[in-house]
Amino acid sequence: MKADKKEQKEYKKLLSENMPKTKHVSTILRAFFTGGIICCFGQGIKMLIGFILPQAEEQELGGYTTICMILITGILTAFGVYDKIGNFGGAGSIVPITGFANSIVSQAMEHKREGVVFGICSNMFAIAGPVIVFGITASVIVGIVYLFI
Amino acid sequence: MDYFIQFLIVFAVGGGICVIGQLLINFTKMTSARILVIFLLIGVILEAVGLFDTIKEVAQAGISIPITGFGSTLAKGAIKGAQERGLLGAIVGGTEAAGAGLSGAIFIGFLAALAGKPKTKD
Repeated sequence: MKADKKEQKEYKKLLSENMPKTKHVSTILRAFFTGGIICCFGQGIKMLIGFILPQAEEQELGGYTTICMILITGILTAFGVYDKIGNFGGAGSIVPITGFANSIVSQAMEHKREGVVFGICSNMFAIAGPVIVFGITASVIVGIVYLFI
Repeated sequence: MDYFIQFLIVFAVGGGICVIGQLLINFTKMTSARILVIFLLIGVILEAVGLFDTIKEVAQAGISIPITGFGSTLAKGAIKGAQERGLLGAIVGGTEAAGAGLSGAIFIGFLAALAGKPKTKD
């Protein structure tokens, strides 16, 4: 038993020495930079839309901004640019709404070979599905709770 | 100058949220779907408690472009629906409000997949 534990310890040490080390500082800085840039880009688009549609309400502006960001992400993903942003930015490219759009578009493109219905359509939501399920469920719960307050 | 400060705040808040996501990836090895769900739920909760709008006044796109904004839109729609239309509003309100993101992403994703070449996974 004692030897086993010693072996285990040695094995763990060996493992941690040989595992590729995550470069914490660099990945965090890159995530910060990428996320910041994407949000600033969104802010810029929102201001631009506010300039074009001066009467638009806040919610309308937000909707158009989201659609613009998703459209741009779709194009960037289709040309393979967003993958490069993702490799560089890590979570900085996942957490913004562009990451949500990218997960749908890239999954759809990846499974194109398997056909339209069973390839594209059924694989589209491999990553976005949980987000939609949790989001809609949570919204219904919030709505019903607000009925009683 | 006002714009400069505004963009600086957006950059800092948006970047900060992404750093939390990156920390989750680095230290817990979470997949992107889980991270998206966590931030979405944070957005829903912030909106339900009524804090989201306060943060958004300062941080603007810094908090509404990350997926937290999507969660807030869902919750806001559900709350508005519940107050204006009762039970039906509570059920459909969230999906209605988030329709821009959902329909947009599905539509564009489908078109891009039809038009683009199939990717090889690397």
